[in-house]
Amino acid sequence: MQDTPDIADRRDAVCVIGAGASGLTTVKNLREHGFAVDCYERETSVGGAWNWRHDRSPVYANTHLISSRPLTEFPDFPMPDSWPDFPHHSQVLSYLERYAKHFGLGEHIWFGTEVVSAEPVGDGRWDVTTRSTGGGSSRVQRYAAVVVANGHNWAPAKPEIDGAEDFRGQVIHSAQYKDPAQLRNRKVLVIGAGNTGCDIAVEAAQQATTVWHSTRRGYWYAPKYVLGRPADQVNDRLLKWRLPLRLRQWLYRRTLALTTGDLTRYGLPAPDHRPYESHPIVNSQLAYYLGHGRIKPVPDVTRFVGGQVELADGRRVDADLVITATGYTPRFDFLAPELIDAGDDGRPDLHLHAFARKHPTLAVVGLLQPDSGVLPLAHWQAVAVARWLRLRRQDPARAAAVQQKESARPLQSWSRRQVVPSRRHWFEVDHIAYLKAVEELLHEMEPRA
Amino acid sequence: MTLLRFDDWTSPVPPVEREVLSRLVEGEDLQPPLLFVPGPGMGAWVFAEHWLTHAAGRGFPAYALTPRENGDLRAHVHDVVQVAAALPRQAVLIGHGTGALVVSRALGRYPARAAVLAAPVLAASVTDRWATLGAAVKANPLGTLRRRPRLNHKQLFSAGTDADAYLSRMTFPRRLAARGPVPRPVASPPVLVVGSPDDRVVPRKSLDRVATHYAGAPLLFPGMAHALMLDTGWAEPIDAVLDWLTKQLSAVG
Repeated sequence: MQDTPDIADRRDAVCVIGAGASGLTTVKNLREHGFAVDCYERETSVGGAWNWRHDRSPVYANTHLISSRPLTEFPDFPMPDSWPDFPHHSQVLSYLERYAKHFGLGEHIWFGTEVVSAEPVGDGRWDVTTRSTGGGSSRVQRYAAVVVANGHNWAPAKPEIDGAEDFRGQVIHSAQYKDPAQLRNRKVLVIGAGNTGCDIAVEAAQQATTVWHSTRRGYWYAPKYVLGRPADQVNDRLLKWRLPLRLRQWLYRRTLALTTGDLTRYGLPAPDHRPYESHPIVNSQLAYYLGHGRIKPVPDVTRFVGGQVELADGRRVDADLVITATGYTPRFDFLAPELIDAGDDGRPDLHLHAFARKHPTLAVVGLLQPDSGVLPLAHWQAVAVARWLRLRRQDPARAAAVQQKESARPLQSWSRRQVVPSRRHWFEVDHIAYLKAVEELLHEMEPRA
Repeated sequence: MTLLRFDDWTSPVPPVEREVLSRLVEGEDLQPPLLFVPGPGMGAWVFAEHWLTHAAGRGFPAYALTPRENGDLRAHVHDVVQVAAALPRQAVLIGHGTGALVVSRALGRYPARAAVLAAPVLAASVTDRWATLGAAVKANPLGTLRRRPRLNHKQLFSAGTDADAYLSRMTFPRRLAARGPVPRPVASPPVLVVGSPDDRVVPRKSLDRVATHYAGAPLLFPGMAHALMLDTGWAEPIDAVLDWLTKQLSAVG
C-alpha cells in the first residue's frame, strides 16, 4: 500500500483508546511487553468512569464498590490493605492516579484528544484519525494495532416512555443523578432493578418524601456481607472448594432465606431464574427500607398520562421526579460495526469479549460484567493482548497455531449462558470461568525458555 | 503465573502497622526507589545503619521495611508488595537472607523495576536446604539445632565489626516454611545475586544455584560474612549493586 505523505507512520507502536482503568492497565502491560504506545483520552485526566470530574462519569456522591477490595484491585498493584472492604469512588480514582504515576504511564497518554476513526489498511495495520476534543484539525497516524478501552458505562440507555411531554415532573437518567440533595423532599420513582437503581432507591428512601421502585422482573438480592465477611469472598470460598452448582444454588437460597429473606412479601416479583444464572443485585439496604415501607415496589411503567405515571397494573403514581436507572449502551463510534462483528443491536461479538474475530490486531479491553471487580479481569485481558501481539510479531507460525486452537474454544466455557436476554447481561462472565480461559490462553503463548 | 488467587480473595492477609524507614533524595527523583527487605528477626534498622544513606547519597530514594512479627511467608510477601505499591514509582526490591526468599516470592506478584538477592536463603530445593543446614551446623552447631535457630557473630560478621551491639538487637524467629517453586518474576526484571564465598550461612554452591535460576552469575565479595550490610566492608557490595542498577536502568533507556 502506498503511503500518503500526511500519514505519520508509528511503525510497531500500538494505539490505545481511553485512559480509564482498562486503558491504563493496557498501556502498562503493552509497555512491559516492549511496545511503544500512544494512548488517546478525550478528557484531560485519567480515571475514566471513576473520575467524577468527567462529564460522562456515572458516579454519584455515595458510589462505593459493590465487589470487595481483594476482588477488585489490579493483581500486581494492590489497594492499600488499610482501606475498607468496599472503598468509595474517590479512593478508586486516587488508586488509578497512583497506578498511572507509579508505572510512568502519563508520558504515553495524549489528553484532550479523541479518536474519530480507526480503519484497517491491510497487513494488520491501522490508520487512526484523532483530533482535539471539541474540534480542531484532525491528524492521521498509522499503528501496528489498536486496543479499544473506551468503557461501556457512559452512553445512557434511555427508555422511550409514551406521553413524556405531558408529564409535569422531571425525568432524568441515573447518569444525571449526582447528589442526594436532588432527592430531598421529592416524590421519587426509580425505574430499574440493577445495582444503580437499587442504590438510588435506597438513597431516596433516606431523603425523599415518597419512593416508588419500578422493576420489571425478579432478581436475587444478595447482601454485601454474609457471616461477617464480604459476600463475594464467602462465595469464592465455595468455588475454591469446587462445590457443584446445584449445591451452591441450594446454599445460596438458604443463605438468602436467612439474611435478606423473602422479598415477595413486600410485593417484589419472585426471581424468574435460578441463582447464579445471572449476577445478583448486591444491596444490603433495599430489603431494610422495603420492610420499613420507605420503598414501595411497583411494576413496570407503561406511560405518562395526565401528569402522572401509569404502571403495568393500571395504577397511577404521582411522582415529581423519575430516575431511569436503565443502564448504558456500549458505543464504538470510531469503528465500523463489522470490524467488531456488531449486530443491529450494537452488540459486538468478540472472542473472550476481547479479540476481534476477523482482525487479529484489534482488541477491546474491559468490556465485561463480571461477578467480581472488572479491574483484575481487564489486567489479564491486557496481558493476553500484549502477549498475543508480541507472539504475532516474533513467531507468526506459532501465533497462527494459537489462533487455530482458540477458535475451537467452546463459547460456554467462558461466557455465561443467556437466561435473561437483555442488554444488561450481554457481557456477563463468571470471573473464575473467565480467568481459567484466559490462563489457558496465556500458557499457550508463554515464551519458550 | 497464577490467575486464580483464592487465598487472596477468600482470606486476605490481615493488615498491620508497618515500620518503613527511609532516606530520601533532595529534588526530583531521577532514579527509581529502592526497597530493602531484611529477613524476619532483623529490622529495617540493619539497612538504616549504612546502606540507606549511602544509596540516597548516590541519588536513589531508599526505603527499608521491618518484617511483621509472627508472620508466615505469605504475610511477609503481602507486606513487601503493599509497601512497594505505595511508593511513588516502580521500585527495585532488594532482599537479604530470608528477606531474599520473601523478595523472590514478591517478584511473582509485583512488577519490580529490578531486584537484588543478597546472601539469599532461598532454600528452593532439597539439596539447597541440606547444604544450608550443613554449613550452619558446621559454623554454629548449638545455635542451628534449636527450634528457633540462632546465628552467631562468626556467621554474621567478620572480625573487627561491633558484633555484640548488633546481635543484641536481632531476634531469631522460626524458619519460614516455603512451599512450591520460586515463581517466574512478572514483567521479567533484571535480577542480581550478591554474596560472599566466606558466608557461613549461605554456601557458595547455593549462591550459584540461585543465580543460575535467574540466568546470571553471583557477584562475590570474598572475606565478608553473612550480614553484608553491617559487616566492616559494607560499602563495597552496595556500591557494586548501585553500579549494576545504574547500568541496567540506562540499558533500558
